[in-house]
Amino acid sequence: MKFSESWLREWVNPKMTRENLCEKLTLSGLEIESLAPVSDVFTGVVVGQVLRVEAHPEADRLHICEVNVAASKPLTIVCGATNVKPGMKVPVALEKAVLPHQVTITASKVRNVMSYGMLCSARDLGLAEESEGLFELPSNAPLGKDVWEYLNLSDYLIEVSITPNRGDCLSLMGIAKEVSALTESPVITHKTPEIIAVIQDVLPVTLHSKEDCPRYVGRVIRDVKADASSPMWLREHLRRSGVRSISPVVDVTNYIMLELGQPMHAFDLDQLQGGITVRKANAGESLKLLDGSEKKLTQDTVVIADQAKPLAIAGIMGGVDSSVTLLTKNIFLESAFFQPASIAKMGRHYNLGSESSYRFERGVDPDLQRLAIERATQLLLDIVGGKPGPVTEVIHKDLLPQTVTIELRAARISKILGYEVPAQTVTDILQRLGFTCEKNTTGWIVTVPPRRFDIAREIDLIEEVARLYGYEKIPCHIPAATLSMTAHTENLLSSTEIRRVLCDMGYQEVITYSFVEKKFQERFFPDMKAIEVVNPMTAEMDVMRVSLWPGLVNTLLYNLNRQQTRARLFEIGLHFIQEGEKISQDTCLSGLLYGSVANEQWGLQQRPVDFFDLKGDLQNLFKLTHAAAEFSFRPSSSHALHPGQSADVYRGNERVGMFGALHPAILQALKIEGGVYVFELHLDPLLKALTPQATGLSKFPEIRRDIAILVDQAISAAALQAEVRQIAGEWLKVVEIFDVYQGKGIAPGQKSIAISLTLQHSSRTLVDEEVANVMERVINGLKGKFNAELRG
Amino acid sequence: MTQLDEILKQAEQHIREAQDLKSLDQYRVLYLGKKGQLTDYLKNLGQLPPEERPLAGQQVNTIKQKVQGLIEQRETVLQAAQVSAQLAAETIDITLPGRRQEFGSSHPVTKTRERLAALFTEMGFGVMDGPEIEDDYHNFAALNIPDLHPARAMQDTFYFADKTVLRTHMSPVQIRAMEQSQPPLRIIAMGRVYRRDFDITHTPMFHQIEGLMIDENVSFADLKGILITFLQAFFEAKVPIRFRASYFPFTEPSAEVDMGCISCNSKGCRICKNTGWLEVLGCGMVHPNVLQMAGIDSERYTGWAFGAGIDRLTMLRYGISDLRSLFENDLRFLKQF
Repeated sequence: MKFSESWLREWVNPKMTRENLCEKLTLSGLEIESLAPVSDVFTGVVVGQVLRVEAHPEADRLHICEVNVAASKPLTIVCGATNVKPGMKVPVALEKAVLPHQVTITASKVRNVMSYGMLCSARDLGLAEESEGLFELPSNAPLGKDVWEYLNLSDYLIEVSITPNRGDCLSLMGIAKEVSALTESPVITHKTPEIIAVIQDVLPVTLHSKEDCPRYVGRVIRDVKADASSPMWLREHLRRSGVRSISPVVDVTNYIMLELGQPMHAFDLDQLQGGITVRKANAGESLKLLDGSEKKLTQDTVVIADQAKPLAIAGIMGGVDSSVTLLTKNIFLESAFFQPASIAKMGRHYNLGSESSYRFERGVDPDLQRLAIERATQLLLDIVGGKPGPVTEVIHKDLLPQTVTIELRAARISKILGYEVPAQTVTDILQRLGFTCEKNTTGWIVTVPPRRFDIAREIDLIEEVARLYGYEKIPCHIPAATLSMTAHTENLLSSTEIRRVLCDMGYQEVITYSFVEKKFQERFFPDMKAIEVVNPMTAEMDVMRVSLWPGLVNTLLYNLNRQQTRARLFEIGLHFIQEGEKISQDTCLSGLLYGSVANEQWGLQQRPVDFFDLKGDLQNLFKLTHAAAEFSFRPSSSHALHPGQSADVYRGNERVGMFGALHPAILQALKIEGGVYVFELHLDPLLKALTPQATGLSKFPEIRRDIAILVDQAISAAALQAEVRQIAGEWLKVVEIFDVYQGKGIAPGQKSIAISLTLQHSSRTLVDEEVANVMERVINGLKGKFNAELRG
Repeated sequence: MTQLDEILKQAEQHIREAQDLKSLDQYRVLYLGKKGQLTDYLKNLGQLPPEERPLAGQQVNTIKQKVQGLIEQRETVLQAAQVSAQLAAETIDITLPGRRQEFGSSHPVTKTRERLAALFTEMGFGVMDGPEIEDDYHNFAALNIPDLHPARAMQDTFYFADKTVLRTHMSPVQIRAMEQSQPPLRIIAMGRVYRRDFDITHTPMFHQIEGLMIDENVSFADLKGILITFLQAFFEAKVPIRFRASYFPFTEPSAEVDMGCISCNSKGCRICKNTGWLEVLGCGMVHPNVLQMAGIDSERYTGWAFGAGIDRLTMLRYGISDLRSLFENDLRFLKQF
């Protein structure tokens, strides 16, 4: 809601500066979005009248004008505007005038003709961002009058943000009532006399949809001059509220809406056939609206119709065919009350909104319709003349919003606010708000007028009391609570611990959008159906992610494009997977490795990261659970991964994630050079941890034995280790693979694996013979099971 | 000059001229070793007449001790020289950087989340999150926002074919908390939320914290006390804070909370749009309708709730000027935290 300070002060004029007033409004819930002068400062501009216009002999587009500025003689001014014509009144910037943006006007030659000033457009004066041609002033503008004063430009624009509950403040009168309650300065009443009908023409009104429209007020006005021009004051009031001047009839209805909050509509009477009916649309009806669109009307649409056809969608927008034009002679004015829910429903259905529907949806005072039509008629008679008929009013009182009576308990105010507002102050506040209240033993019985749609129960009144009393006067208090110790289980890791370990291993946390581009995601997961957003923000955000990988790879691409050649990334967030009727929204921990193994430095030989760098980092993570042995790795079949360099991670028998090299075909398509290694783990199973339990250390010496064997390259290290463990038994403390070799000296298809065994007895020293015996069994076992050959 | 004098003189010269410990040791062997010259001399004493032997023996021993002393002296000198030579040879440029795997860091939004969690858990609040794809009931209806309520237009919502939505705030988590347990309740909920808006101050995904406290005598005064404590603790400054009336469908009375601009000390700057104030959170007393829908006796219990943008708190705290940079994940940006 935007209006000028001077207009507000016509309605309520508290003795306080505009800044203080604005602060008061902001604190009480009507937030001031901006406060600014209505115009940039200009000086030396007066009202002038163009007397003569001649073509410039040396320039096609320029005119030489003679302009009367009520000085001793007319001024010669060269002007390029296309709308300049003799007789028109315009703002004239005289010599030495200073216009906005520090433009100073001097007498100067324009193509060999002296020009003593400048004829101004609205834009020149800083009154509009854009304007066409000269700013034409009304014919009654006094010659020679300072334009700054004439237009009353020492005024301020106030823009207030109105919350959806305060439909009653979507007008000057509504804001004035609020200001009055806040400042205890009275609303200045604007008396609107009842207009005496001079003709007897009426248009019968029938309300079929009386639930949606319980009150309809109408009036015929004949013989209007619809092509008259709106007076300057009207145009300026509208302009300062951000409303374009269109024609006097439309301007008046818009003005009433801004001033009183009642949206109105004017029909061209001669386009109507028979009386007005408010009804539901019939099957097959359609309507061409003022915004140029044509709507096929559904049968729950409330329309204003004549005998033959729908004329308007009730409370939202009128139709083109019955609208008032400059040729209109006779009009029918509508001032009605429509139920908020009806308007909201239709607005939602047609995705259609207007200043009118905005107000009806939030609630228009159901007692306002008659006042509005009288006030509009009065203004119209002043501006476009005409002969008014009597007011027609159809009303279903029982269907209108009613006055509500609410019990307000003093104790409840104190309980909610934690502070006792003095009873007299409460009474005072309620009365200032225009509520009637009666004191009883526990508090008050309050009666609230229907214009306050936001007040229906006790809590609403408590808010009003707190708001007007001032939140700043309610003291601060720290609540006392019972001490309790919260559980800090060691059996559940926190994501904070996981993050810290990843950061320590060089990973950078990222946060990527939960929606990704469908096409991009399908490169990774061609067989998964992602959940589509019906109304995505952009085409690149059209589906929910099924994995965090697309976002991580996107992040890599973003950074590669910015010359960052190394990345270690991780993210914790949800993936969204449709599983039948249900959507699984599980937290994933995912990451990406790319580029050299360490940041570039003089003291380390660089090499690109590989599968085992990633696997090692994951194993470090698993170690946090104190149950690293529960994790195992099996070949993965993910489409996104390299089939020979990928693994599924299991904890026990549960598959908890996967990792590996991104599939080379994906890298090729995305033009990424070098390997990209990614992982994705379900976070929850990873967080389950054991509380470590110490075991005693043996005091007896450890004995290490190394063997190197040749086996088929398909035999996995894990299988060899498992076999060694099984054979060596309880004396084996550690079994480690410390070398793997293929190449020169080894037959193709074979590999050499070096294994170290560390043996120790818990209560005595092992003797050589016992160790030799274990080693022999191990070697024979590996020979038997894997056809392993001991290397010399 | 006797033979002994001759040996001594030569030994003195040899020892003086020895340039390293190894050659010095060779001379030690040459003179004092088992087959050394002085040892030999001593062995040959037996060939002297018995009456000369004691004197000669004494002389040899004197010379031996002298040579021994010289060797030890020279040894000390040579040892010192060897250490300094080693030090000189092994001196490195200590300004060269150390070998390391560079640490990564948490995202600044995570840093803020962890700070928020720490502040509130110390006051006995539990930390919760919930699903991001929500049903209409938990995101709207249970929060006193019925289907045609104008407040639905306040939040442009992403939705799915089955009428579920991406949660537009953290309030559904509060509703779920109220459904699960009766008061007293003290929780904060933090997580991703979604609204259909994208410009310098809006991203379609962002983060919110919401707090909720419900008990028998929880009041607006408590709300003011906790939030002022919280903001001053979070920003580690005694910033001025004001509560102004506002509207949310799920709280009443409702307030927006402004904090004195920490960038300009409330003098007015670009960040506070020259108002001296920064809007940092919204709050209010939980609406009785919301309590009732969640099955809580709204006569007996009262409660407050608040919500704040974690991203905005992060930006203010760490001097970040463009919200979008939080989700672009430029590594050069993230490594600053």
